[in-house]
Amino acid sequence: MKQSAGDRTLLFIIYALLALMAFFSFYPFWNAAVISFNNGTDTMRGGITFWPRSFTLENYAVVFEDSRLINGFVISVLRTVIGTLLSIGATAIFAYGMSKSELIGRKGYMVFCIITMYFSGGLIPTFLLIRSLDLFNSFWVMVIPGLISVWNMIIFRTFFKGIPAGLEESAKIDGCSNWGVLFRIVLPLSGPVIATLSLFTAVYHWNDWFTPSIYISNADLLPIQTKLQQILNSNIMSEQMAQMDSAAQGRMGRMKAVTTKSLSMATMMVATIPILCVYPFLQKYFVKGVLVGSLKE
Amino acid sequence: MQNTTHRVTIEKSKAKPSLFKRFGRQWDLQLMVLPPLLFIFVFSYIPMYGVLMAFQDYSLFEGFAGSPWVGFKHFEMFFGAPEFWTVIRNTVVISLLKLLIGFPAPIILALLLNEVRNRVFKKVVQTISYLPHFLSWVIVSGFVMSMLSTENGSVNMLLQNLNLIKEPINFLSLPEYFWTILVTTGVWKEIGFASIVYLAAIAGVDPHMHEAAAMDGAGKLRQIFSITLPAILPVIIVFLILAIGNLLSAGFEDILLLGSNPVLRDVGDVLDTYVYRTGIQNNRYSYATAAGLFKSLLGVLLLVGANYAARKSGNSLW
Repeated sequence: MKQSAGDRTLLFIIYALLALMAFFSFYPFWNAAVISFNNGTDTMRGGITFWPRSFTLENYAVVFEDSRLINGFVISVLRTVIGTLLSIGATAIFAYGMSKSELIGRKGYMVFCIITMYFSGGLIPTFLLIRSLDLFNSFWVMVIPGLISVWNMIIFRTFFKGIPAGLEESAKIDGCSNWGVLFRIVLPLSGPVIATLSLFTAVYHWNDWFTPSIYISNADLLPIQTKLQQILNSNIMSEQMAQMDSAAQGRMGRMKAVTTKSLSMATMMVATIPILCVYPFLQKYFVKGVLVGSLKE
Repeated sequence: MQNTTHRVTIEKSKAKPSLFKRFGRQWDLQLMVLPPLLFIFVFSYIPMYGVLMAFQDYSLFEGFAGSPWVGFKHFEMFFGAPEFWTVIRNTVVISLLKLLIGFPAPIILALLLNEVRNRVFKKVVQTISYLPHFLSWVIVSGFVMSMLSTENGSVNMLLQNLNLIKEPINFLSLPEYFWTILVTTGVWKEIGFASIVYLAAIAGVDPHMHEAAAMDGAGKLRQIFSITLPAILPVIIVFLILAIGNLLSAGFEDILLLGSNPVLRDVGDVLDTYVYRTGIQNNRYSYATAAGLFKSLLGVLLLVGANYAARKSGNSLW
């Protein structure tokens, strides 16, 4: 079918718009990476866009030598791994029980759960609850409160219900218990769902900076995102000051390859690397995951 | 010859075993379910009940049981506070702006992407567009600060190169730019990921319809408006209802991170950040809870209202 001239122009415009959008989506990230590899003092002169002008690895050297930042990274990794394992595990078990039609009280339990999706106490009551549970300033405050996700439970449950009953029945006949069926038959079949939900949960844990910022004051327990937030927050103040006295700043900074700004960029890159590594896998699973979650209510 | 006698016994119909017994028999299943339910009770229901402290003069020392009841005192204080109307205005404006621009954006992106035939181009654009969704707001705010900086900010450098401005502008310390920055950043972050569902819906449209329209002489643009859009209207409406129900959630992390400069408070403070500030930073627990409760109740009204309006048009959540 021949395309009209109008259609071809439209197509061209579409491609151009999309290319532009992709460029703007990617540029901030690229620019930050470039700045992280650039000499900090040199960056202050301005003009760094697509490629480093004065290449240096100093910023990263400082990051990797700073025990506080390494510590933050380690905490983030621990939290993500432990948090995801526990949460997905607990929620899957919960969902399996909920998927059995013979479970007494099933409907009531379901209503109990769904209500929490629409109503919540809010920030302050939750804050005070955590406080009264003595979870303040502990590693576990980052892992425990989010342990059971009703949303994930529902997704798991829908999936489990779709598993042919015959498989479970024949296992039961052979003497398998409910827990046995769960671990030996159902879970091995749930690879894609587990992968998708685990990836989403892991991303949430990795990116969460707010919860630790209000519940943890011990600097050794802060994940890297919260530490980064503190650095950036103080940067805003120093930007204001730099406005007022840029000449003096420039003179003082001449010798330094690392400034707060270039250091922040390097830290940001380090904090993003795990996401980037995992991203190809995320792509494979999450498109399906988003659809499952939204279209199958 | 043996007489095989069948003993036909009429069994007395067994009474169904008591609930207790049946429950006991499936204790292993209940074990899978009861601890999580207890967990949900503790972490979701107790705070719900804790909302009642909005009606108390809650004190940490007295606790919930010991704090005096003061009725609507905190609500009155909230409504009468000088910053009340500022906060409400900011919440509504920012939310509407984000809705006006951020809601159609993923739809448009999905429509554009759908027209692309080159698989590689499509994949690359999609991959890039999804990435910002997975970055934390801390990282994104870092990017924004870097791009808008007066020292090496690409935005300022571009504007200067185009001779639109002489001196770099310190965007993040000027209230008049804040809303624009918020909305733009929000769209940048979510447009790709949000377009996934729309893309799937568009892909589900019957291609025969498009062919028929093309036969009748409809150009691409016409096809998009007359066929694709109406076909995905149910999906759009569902999301629109949810968006309206969330109208009072104008943002939180983004405002906290990008708007930490006190200069921006007049334009940036929304209900959620107000609750955070007064509650966690200033320790006015009851007061902040009252504000939060106000927001929740209003939100429920909005959601129900939006759904009601949508039901009239034939598409609704329930």
